[in-house]
Amino acid sequence: MTLLLVALGLLVAGGAAALLCRQSPRAANLLGAGSAAAACALGLVPAVTGLVGGGARLESAWSVPGGSLALAIDPLSAFFLVPLFGLCGLAAVYGAGYLSAAPGGRSPGPPWFHFSWLVAGMVVVVTARNAVLFLVAWEVMSLASYFLVTRDDEREDVREAGWTYLVATHFGNACLIALFALLGPRSLDFADFGPASHAGLLFVLALIGFGTKAGFMPLHVWLPEAHPAAPSHVSAVMSGVMIKMGIYGLLRTLTWLGPPPLWWGGLLIAAGAASGVVAVMFALAQRDLKRVLAYSSVENTSIIALGLGVGLVGLHAGTPGVAVLGLAGALLHVWTHALGKGLLFLGAGAVLHATGTRDLDRLGGLARRMPLTSATFLVGAAAIAGLPPLSGFFSEFLILYGAVQHAGLHSLAAMVALALMSGLAAAVFVRAFGGAFLGVARDDGVRVAHDPGAAMRAPMAILAPALLALGLSTPVLLPALAPVVEQIGGLPARRELDAATAPLAVVVLGSTIFLALVALIAGLRRSLLAGRTVGAAATWDCGYAHPAPRMQYTASSFAQPLTALFGPVLRTRLTWDAPRGLFPAAAAFATRTPDVVREAALRPLFDLVSGALHAMHRLQHGRLHLYVISIALTLVVLLLWRLS
Amino acid sequence: MSGYAGLLAALVLAPLLPGVINRTKSFFAGRRGPPLLQPYFDLAKLLRKGAVYSTTTTWLFRAGPVVGLAAMLVAAALAPFGGVSAPLAFAGDFLFFAGLLGVARFATMLAALDTGSSFEGMGASREAQFAALAEPAFLLGLTAVAWKTGGLSLSGMLGTTSFATWSGAAAPLALVCVSLLVVFLAENARIPVDDPNTHLELTMIHEVMVLDHGGPDLALIQYAAALKLWVLGSLVVGIALPVRSLAHGWAFAASVAGMLALCVVVGVVESCLARLRLTRVPQLLLGAGVLSLLALFIGLK
Repeated sequence: MTLLLVALGLLVAGGAAALLCRQSPRAANLLGAGSAAAACALGLVPAVTGLVGGGARLESAWSVPGGSLALAIDPLSAFFLVPLFGLCGLAAVYGAGYLSAAPGGRSPGPPWFHFSWLVAGMVVVVTARNAVLFLVAWEVMSLASYFLVTRDDEREDVREAGWTYLVATHFGNACLIALFALLGPRSLDFADFGPASHAGLLFVLALIGFGTKAGFMPLHVWLPEAHPAAPSHVSAVMSGVMIKMGIYGLLRTLTWLGPPPLWWGGLLIAAGAASGVVAVMFALAQRDLKRVLAYSSVENTSIIALGLGVGLVGLHAGTPGVAVLGLAGALLHVWTHALGKGLLFLGAGAVLHATGTRDLDRLGGLARRMPLTSATFLVGAAAIAGLPPLSGFFSEFLILYGAVQHAGLHSLAAMVALALMSGLAAAVFVRAFGGAFLGVARDDGVRVAHDPGAAMRAPMAILAPALLALGLSTPVLLPALAPVVEQIGGLPARRELDAATAPLAVVVLGSTIFLALVALIAGLRRSLLAGRTVGAAATWDCGYAHPAPRMQYTASSFAQPLTALFGPVLRTRLTWDAPRGLFPAAAAFATRTPDVVREAALRPLFDLVSGALHAMHRLQHGRLHLYVISIALTLVVLLLWRLS
Repeated sequence: MSGYAGLLAALVLAPLLPGVINRTKSFFAGRRGPPLLQPYFDLAKLLRKGAVYSTTTTWLFRAGPVVGLAAMLVAAALAPFGGVSAPLAFAGDFLFFAGLLGVARFATMLAALDTGSSFEGMGASREAQFAALAEPAFLLGLTAVAWKTGGLSLSGMLGTTSFATWSGAAAPLALVCVSLLVVFLAENARIPVDDPNTHLELTMIHEVMVLDHGGPDLALIQYAAALKLWVLGSLVVGIALPVRSLAHGWAFAASVAGMLALCVVVGVVESCLARLRLTRVPQLLLGAGVLSLLALFIGLK
């Protein structure tokens, strides 16, 4: 616990020091990144010990009503603290390189201040044991990330993204305040929360409040706006761990609400299935690399929701095997997605840094220019697409394996959604990787790209092998998750998890054989070609004499058959200036796929609200003496009311 | 007879299958056709050749065929054959099987995009689309069999179908058979989804993705394709043939005969049907998915 407090103190102090260090941007950068990285390294110690059984608790009285200032590390907290500290530490190292090269000589002090507070806020969210403390930390986390998202606030799209994020996050906060108010009329300490009479209402409030942060559709609208706007190491942290705070909150709430009725699991599965399938379709249609990743984040939190749903359905049905597999799969996917999506956002940042664009239709051929970024991005893409032997496959395996064992309508819905999502996710990532890294550069600026400096390379080089290691160590890791699963599900999980390690061990064996075969066949191929003529020529293009890079299949062309198939959902907008006449001169074609929830539901709703509130605009007339009079009048009315 | 006999049969006999399909097609076309062993001759010839690589390509282009073959070899170790368990059988292995097919596809598509050719891009794009739609049909079909037979591994649910399982669950098993047959045709790039013999790059799917590969690389691709034909075919045959009711040796012989019969069926289909328009293929695959779903509903508790 002391180490955790030291880490928190270091974060707060280091952030403040970076903010105050205005003279030297270099010093501010080093101070901010160094303190954040050091704090995360320190924090990893209590996090890991907490996971293997060494919990800790700190409690002291404070003047806020409704309980005490309580922080604690239990298995559930520790489970979320490990990726939090791990990814944030790596992101801090990466950020040192990313912000040092910031254009326009802007001070990196404010972003480091907000970054440190974001990390500190998330740490307190996960460890808080008092509702007031939790909500304050939640707000710190939300505001700090808001300031990071709006760093480039001279751009209008960034301001709009920030605005969307601020509105969405406070809509979620409102639900959370209602949730905690209903949970603890007397005491706001988590320890005093227990099974409530209106658990169904509380569950729905938690699902909406925490679901807004986790990005379940249709509450996801802020995600595809905010993730691309933020600096890339912040996008990595936001997508890798911050949206998981929503999952953490939901799991923590489940520990208070008592045994789940069937419809909770059904609701989670329905939300996860709809949200995941639609999100992966939108990921296919985006041209902006970071927007692709943002929609993929929505898809992945939906996979977590599906796992939780299968777990809750299993709990209700009294089949501990199904329950434990669903919950364990969901938990494992939290780690997988933290590492994988963190890695992918860092890679996307390296691409943006090197080329100045995130447009997949302008990139291309970066595999030659940026070997490390491309190789690590590929690993991340394969992991998030759920391919063996990387960890994404193992978490999806657990969820599906659990669902198969529960022969019911709920698990069937989860399976259909997961099967559809996994095939489409593979298409998303082949498209994203192919568009950015393969073929030939489609734009001049892309041709001179190169791998970033060591500070940005190292985190990517660490995260990629970690995804393979996490996958291959699943059979060992899984029994260690027993306390976490037991805490959420309220049932003994050790035996079921031990049983699940048997098939996983064979998957690992098969994966090892697969990797060995890859090496063997590669060696065989090399020895066959040794001493033979190996020529080089242009790509075969049916004898066409002058191929140009612009003639390549773009990412948009790649996705076209699928986006056409899902057209009614996606509502892609075409801007098309068709070639005319016998000798056409200029022609243009562009597609844009704005978010359907935002455009079809929320924009009209907000227009309606702002129209209705327009009447109140008359009160804001700018005449100071009238303001003073109205304040005085209000006070008099209040006084009279109090006296009578 | 252990599961290794089935694996060995897959490794040795797989290239025979395209030969059988081609002979059936030549019979229907009134030609004499290439020798049955032509695919073996092709492989031997390709393995003796050098190679030419496009200057656009990177290591991913060279890795594509290697990863594809490795994945297919492990998948072959998961598929039961001749009524006995596969060497790597375990509960939930059909999910790993689907994952391995996904890895092979991922590597092939990336190798295709690596060339920067629009034709190969088109092939990869179509492969991504059709695979995404075939995967639910495949997984749900196998889940339906799992629910019917109570087995959670491919070996538990396929290699063990007997007359009793068929008489008890004829409707769902037949539905799954049809669904898996469609998946089998789509995954192996056969008519009515893809035409392996077309001469126009613009209309192909699988063949156009490997257009730039030559020499040993192409040999790896062709061998992997033959293995995929065998492995996916053995799943269809495993459900259709109640070999559990036979003695081991006979079961093995019956399964080999079933594989050859399946290839004749493919040849007949290719001789009698035209390839579907590309925009119609999703309907076929979604139809297969619906059949699997129907089989699942019948099996619902």
